[in-house]
Order: sequence, then structure tokens, then C-alpha cells
Amino acid sequence: MARNRGIALRLSLWILAGITVILSVILTYNYFVSRRIILRNVEKDAENLTSSTVYRIDSVLRTIEKVPKNLAVFMEEFAYQGTDILAVIRTVVENNPEINGVTIAFEPHAYSTNTRTFAPYYFKQNGKMEFTYIPYDYFTSDWYQIARELHAPIWSEPYFDEAAGGIMMAAFSVPFYRWISGERVLAGIVTAVISLDWLTEIIASIKIARTGYGFLISKNGAIITHPDSRLVMNETIFTVAEDRGDQEMREVGRRMIRGESGFVRFTSLFTGKMCWMRYAPLPSNNWSLAVMFPQDEMMSDIADLHRTVLALSVAGFLMLLLMIVWISGSITRPLRALSRAATQIALGDLEARIPDVKTADEVGTLADSFKTMKSSLKQYISELKETTAAKERIESELKIAHDIQMGILPKRFPPFPNRTEFDILAKIEPAREVGGDLYDFFFMDDDHLCFVIGDVSGKGVPASLFMAVTKTMVKAKATKGLSPEKVLTQVNQDLSLDNESMMFVTLFLGILDTGTGEVEYCNAGHNPPLLLSPAGRVLILQPTGGIALGVAEEGVYPSRKVILQKGDSLFVYTDGVTEAMNKREELFSESRLIKELAEMKGKSLQEIVTGVMGKVGSFSAGVPQADDITLMVIRYHGKK
Amino acid sequence: MIKRRLLQSAVLAAVLIPIWVHAEAPLKKVVFIPQWVPQAQFAGYYFAAEQGIYRKHGLDVTILSGGPQRLPPLDLLREGKADFATLWLSTGIQARAQGLNLVNIGQVLPRSALMLVAKKARGIRSPRDINGKKVGLWAPIFQLQARAFFKKYDLKVSIIPQPYSVNLFLRDGVDVASAMWYNEYHTILAAGLNPEELTTFFFPEHGLNFPEDGLYVLEDRFKQDPEMCRSFVKASIEGWLGAFTHKEKTLDMVMKNLKREHIPANRVHQRWMLERMKDLILPSDKSDLSVQLLPTDYYRVATSLHSSGLIDLIPEFTAFYQDSSGHGTQ
Repeated sequence: MARNRGIALRLSLWILAGITVILSVILTYNYFVSRRIILRNVEKDAENLTSSTVYRIDSVLRTIEKVPKNLAVFMEEFAYQGTDILAVIRTVVENNPEINGVTIAFEPHAYSTNTRTFAPYYFKQNGKMEFTYIPYDYFTSDWYQIARELHAPIWSEPYFDEAAGGIMMAAFSVPFYRWISGERVLAGIVTAVISLDWLTEIIASIKIARTGYGFLISKNGAIITHPDSRLVMNETIFTVAEDRGDQEMREVGRRMIRGESGFVRFTSLFTGKMCWMRYAPLPSNNWSLAVMFPQDEMMSDIADLHRTVLALSVAGFLMLLLMIVWISGSITRPLRALSRAATQIALGDLEARIPDVKTADEVGTLADSFKTMKSSLKQYISELKETTAAKERIESELKIAHDIQMGILPKRFPPFPNRTEFDILAKIEPAREVGGDLYDFFFMDDDHLCFVIGDVSGKGVPASLFMAVTKTMVKAKATKGLSPEKVLTQVNQDLSLDNESMMFVTLFLGILDTGTGEVEYCNAGHNPPLLLSPAGRVLILQPTGGIALGVAEEGVYPSRKVILQKGDSLFVYTDGVTEAMNKREELFSESRLIKELAEMKGKSLQEIVTGVMGKVGSFSAGVPQADDITLMVIRYHGKK
Repeated sequence: MIKRRLLQSAVLAAVLIPIWVHAEAPLKKVVFIPQWVPQAQFAGYYFAAEQGIYRKHGLDVTILSGGPQRLPPLDLLREGKADFATLWLSTGIQARAQGLNLVNIGQVLPRSALMLVAKKARGIRSPRDINGKKVGLWAPIFQLQARAFFKKYDLKVSIIPQPYSVNLFLRDGVDVASAMWYNEYHTILAAGLNPEELTTFFFPEHGLNFPEDGLYVLEDRFKQDPEMCRSFVKASIEGWLGAFTHKEKTLDMVMKNLKREHIPANRVHQRWMLERMKDLILPSDKSDLSVQLLPTDYYRVATSLHSSGLIDLIPEFTAFYQDSSGHGTQ
């Protein structure tokens, strides 16, 4: 069933796979590009928001910084009395709403030699102005000592003022100096204390999407404002990083406290969400403001869009799937029916019904072709039956003809068991059922053996008939006392007469005088026989100059004589031997025959015949035999 | 997780059951004052108190809160408002030399955690580099090792009184700061400085090991009930072992204590402190928690006190130290 569905399934799979790839590429590209656009916008927004917030905070800090700085200048430039200082401090605290308190703290014994500490402090508490001299040894307090040791204005780390009701405070301290005998000597520190509530409010007002927020860390990384109040003033960004084993967070924190700014991915300390974080320092005190943009919320629009597009794609995909299945089904359904019909026809059921296909497409054409094929096949098969019957008949007749033809050639060897003067052996190998080669031998009288070998032009049945005629005629004409010349001349005249089929035969006829070994012979256009000496010498018998029989009535056939010595053999053959062809279309050739025969010296006739046949067979191995092959060997022994 | 809870409950039950069994016997009421705020530096005692280990040893211990805002432990001991206190060995010797007859019944911290720390960026990499620099030091009793260190390396330094914060050091107001390894050193790391950016000088590595936190009791009180003192030491050791085993539970306690005292509390910092306390009290190469005070350590500190002019005469070791751990020769 699965195999029957082959095309439909493959078509659906390939098309849908292609569509899936295309859709995913488009979707992914779309997602990443829109993400990048949003990210760019977020980064720009973040930069704007951060720098505007930094500016808001810093302008306040700068305003505050001016107060103690001016006071420090005042302390250096003007002569003052104790009460002057108190009045100045009081006025400053009263007139600067953002300042909670101010102290001018003197170095040990710097105010007067008999007071070690002198630090008048005006501060606001619950809306009322309060005054105290700082009661403790303030020289090692951060707000005093750091400005003192650095000789520079400095913002303290923020701290919780428990006395003021748990308000987060920070102090800005400015050292002031006095000229003593030409030397500028540190006289004390002016410090303004401010509440950081306004700072917390500014940063708390930063709201981005649902959960975005801002937070501030001090120079030491202490978390000053943060939506998670548990972190504020208890943790530094580094302790949080340590708690989470987050080395990256620590590195970002280090960049923040170094006063760098940047835009990074950062896990929210509050929601634990992955955020984009923009951070930038407050120029006045190097605290660092960070603004968190929750990644998922920034991306929620594009995520929604992406989801919708994805849903549409899936729906479209399914629709397409149904369509493809339907279309490919409609194409392959008639194909399957045709395939079943073809199988039936192949099994021989020529009556199988070819399904009707109404469509005018390729499948319709295929169905029509099938119908035509079926009827043609039917007709062809019936014709084939008749042809086959005729062929069988001809073949059986040819078989009979072959048997008859072979029957007229002498096939019993040795043919004359009581004659010791010579041995004779012949072999014929027709190329087809019947052939045009012939051979024969018979005694014309007690001492004269006539032997003949011939080759009719053409092949098959006409040649075989002509061969039979020739053989019969030679035997009829070769009567006692006639020379080969006479015999052939007469045979030629008879064959040429009314030779409408224009067939001819090459023929070699020899008459052996068994007493003397003399052979008188006549060659009518036949391959010249070879004379084999017992020593292995091979000689070509002298030609006699006659043409093939049946060509011209007036043809003359002079004869020659040769004497066979004892042990000499005469090898006669048809051109089927020398013109046998191998795969490279080379001929066996007379020279190769001579060479092979030379190597067969001392062999028996049987061995020579079988040997030559074997050589020719192996030479033309793989090539169908083109011509009849006939060999005949006569070996003369002489009288005992 | 649940398995661990079960295990903890089982341990807890095993600890609690003996209390009920011994509930008949009257518990001895004693008061204990650690020398500083209730941080992980004293985790073992809080653990022993909260997990009923003191009660198991027949003691009903009240732990007072120490720290810069509270009465000094020496005053509390003197006035009888506390029975036991932890003190630095140097403080203990000084007090005895000055006439307060207290005895050391267990030297919990055998190794000094006091150190000097400097920024490599300020060019300080070896003791020699400190020469001519500003060094922040605490009160005189904490300056002994530093001064001996300066003497040893022949350093002239300008000493700046150092407050409890390390901000002066972080802002480069001083080049070298004093720090406790388990406390201020981590505060510095928690302000964004990396260990590889700091050069540290641990006094024990410079032949100046002055053991720190030890357990003290007035000699009269000790003689009155040495068994009770021994129980206190034993239970405290058990408490420390418990605290090291159950770190997170111990940290919960410490955090709770700090919040109760309104001290900025930071769990990561307290975890660091607890882990360093383990390194100091029960280093991984030791299997046994010993609170024995060694005479060599004692005389090293006492001699230094004497030569610094902080004490006039050196108290006898045998009078000063009363081995109560059960590990000693007694």
C-alpha cells in the first residue's frame, strides 16, 4: 500500500519539506531582523532615559555641592567668630530645602587650643531646626577622615541615619584650610548632609514596560535604591554576584564602579528575568545608575507577531498538505488502475479492461496508448503464432536437408581398410544446417583414387543444391582413364549450361596413382592445396590456372602433376579455414595455416585434422562461424 | 531536599530528647558576652544556645549582645554581669596584668586572622613597599602585630587611625589597611576589588601568630565551679562543630540576630565569615577541634605586650590558662 502511494507521498513530502524550509528561513530572518530593530530602539531609549535621569540627579547633587564648597571658601577667606559660624550654618540649612544638616568640623584644637573637638551641627528633624555640637570623636568618621586624608571634596557612601528615623543619607565633605606662618594648613571639614529620599523617588519613578526598573549603586557597589528593598544598603552588587556565583555580574559591577557606561545583558536582581541593562555614572560622585529593560517584555510585540505568523504558517501548511494529497491522489489513482491492468496484460490476460480516463492530460494519453498497445499486442501475438509455426516447419525441413547432404558425403573412415598405400581423412563443419562445401573420393579403377574438394558460391539451401549437383556430376564424369582436365572441362560445360542462378563452384580435383604416388590435379579457382613432407616442410601446390566452374562454358582447366614421396601428405581445404575471422577482424590466413601445419609434423591424420579444426576454432572463438569449413588430408605410404 | 530536612529533624530530635530526659535536674544559669556584634564570628555559641547544646550540658546560657555600642566585656565580667566572655588573647593577658583576675579556659581561635591589605595598583607587593606609606590601624591593642611587623622589616610608616569601615582604604585615603580575614577583607572584595588586585600580609606567615578569640571567666568564678566551666567549653566546642556542619541553618540564626540588632546584614558576608572561622578553628588538615592554648603562643603575645609597654609584668601561664577542654594533661 505504501509503495502504491509512492508518488503522492514523495510529492507531498518534498513539496512540504521545501515549503517548511522556506517558511522557517523567512520566519527566522524576520524574527531576528525585527529583534535587531527593537534592540536598537531599546538601546537608544535606554541611553536617552539613563542620561536624562543622570542629568536630573546630577544637577541636584551639583546644587548641593555648591553649599559646602561656598562655606569652605567663606571659612578660608573671612575672619570669623564662633557665633558667626553658627549663624552662617543655620542660615544655610534654613535656606537650602534639599540639605538636611550642615556641620563645620575643626581639626583637633584648631578652633581653639583648649577644645579638641569643635563641630557645630544644625540639622532639620521632623521639620524643626535642631542644633548640637557633635558629641563624639569625629576624626575617624568617614565623612571627616576621607576628605581630610584626600584633601579633596568627597561624597560619602550612603548610610542609614537611625537617629533621623531611618532615613538614607549621604554627606558631602569639603576640606578648608588656614594660612599659618605662610603655610596652608588643613583647618577642618565642611560637611552637608542630605537625605536621599528624593533620589529614591526619581529612580522609583523609572518604569519600563511591566517590570522594568532602575537602580543605583554607590562607589563601593552598595545598592542604594532598588525595587527589592531587602537589597538596599544590605547588599552590594558584588555580594549578590557572589551569592549567585555570577562572575559576569561581578565584572559588570566593576565596570559600573569604575565610572564606565554601557549596554549589556544582565539578569535582573529583582525578577530574575533576562534584561538589557544600560548603566551610566553620576558625574559628581561616580555612583552608577542602571536601567533594566526586561527582554521578554520589550520583545512581547514581536513575539506576538511571530506567534501569529507561525500559526498562520502552520494553518497554510496544513491546507497545502490536504491539497497536495488530493491532487497527487487524483493523478496517481488512474495510474494505479493502469498499472494493475498492465500487470494483468503482462501475465497474458489480453482481455484485461483498461480503465477509462476522461482527462486530456498525460495520464489520459497514457491510457489511450495502453489501449492501442493492447490491441497491437493481440494482433502481433496472433501473427507471431503463425510465423512461429512456419519457421518450425522450415527448420525441420532444413534438418532433414542437412542429414541428406551429410549423407551424400563419404563419412566412414578409413574408407578403404584394405588399401595400405595411402590414408585419407576428411572433415566438414557447415556454418548453417546446409552448406556449399563438398568433398569426395572414390577409385576410378584399382590404382587411381579420385579426390575432390569444392566450395559453392553463396550459402544455404541454393548452395547445398548446387553442391549436390556438382558432386553428383563430378562422380558421374570421372570415369576410368579420364584426366582431371577432361573431367573438369565436362563438368564445367554441364554446370555452365542453363546456369540461370549464376552460381559457381571452386573445385580441386586430384587423381592419385596409388602405385607411383603421382597425383595429376586440376584446380578450378580453389585454394591451392598444401604438400606436407614428413620433415615438416609445407609447400603450396603449383596452381593450374583454371577458373571456378559454372562461370564460363568455354573455360579450360589444364592439369599438372606432382609425385608424392612416401610419407608425404596432401592437405586440401576450403576458404572457410583461411578466412575464419577473429574478434579483431583478422583472418586466419594461409600463412598461419602453413605455420600450424609445419608444427604438426609427424602427427597422424586424425591429429592434423582435429588440430587444424581446433586452431581455427580457438582463433575465431566468440565469432559466429561465417563459412563452411572443410578439410581433407591424404597421406601416401606407397606400395609395401 | 526533603531527605535532608528529615535528617536534620532526626538530628534535632536526637539533640532535643536528652533535654527532656534531664529536664528534672536544675539548669545552671550563666551569662555569656561575645566581644563583638552577633555575627558569624560567634556562630558556634549561638548554635549551641539555640540547638539546646548548653541545656544538654546542664547550662541555661543567656548570650548578651556585644559590639561598639554596648558595654565592654571586661566591664561586664568585672561587675559580675557576665560569667563568660570571649576576648582576644592580647586583651586577656593585658586585663590580667592590669589586675583583673580572669583565666583563659579555652583558646578557640588558635590562629590570628588579623592582616594588612594593600592595593597592588598603589605599588605594594612586598613588606618593603610599605615603607613611607599611610597605614590604617585600629586601637592600640590591635596594633601589636602590625608594629612588630614594621619593626621586623624596618619600615617607617605613617599610622592613620582606622575606623570600623574600610571606606578610607577603598578611596585611597590610606595605602594599607588593617583587616580581619573573615570580615573586612571580604568587605573589600564585596566593594568590587578582586583578590588578585590586592596584596595581603597575614601575620602568622611573618612569624607573628597572635591567637585571637578565647573563652574567659573570672578566676573566682572558675574555682567556684570548674565543672560548670568545663561544661561550657565542651558545649561551645559542640556548638562550633554543629555550626560548621549545618551552615545554612547557622546562617539563618546569624542573620536573625543581626537584624534584631539593626545591623546591616548580608548573608554572603556572613557565609564568608563562617567559612573562614572554620578555616581558622578547624582547618581541613585537622580532625579534632582543640581549644588548647600553647605556652609558646602565650609567651609570644605576652612578651610583645610587655615590650610595647602595654603591660608591666607578664602573668604566669599556669595561672592564666585553665585547660577545660578535657584534651589537656589534666
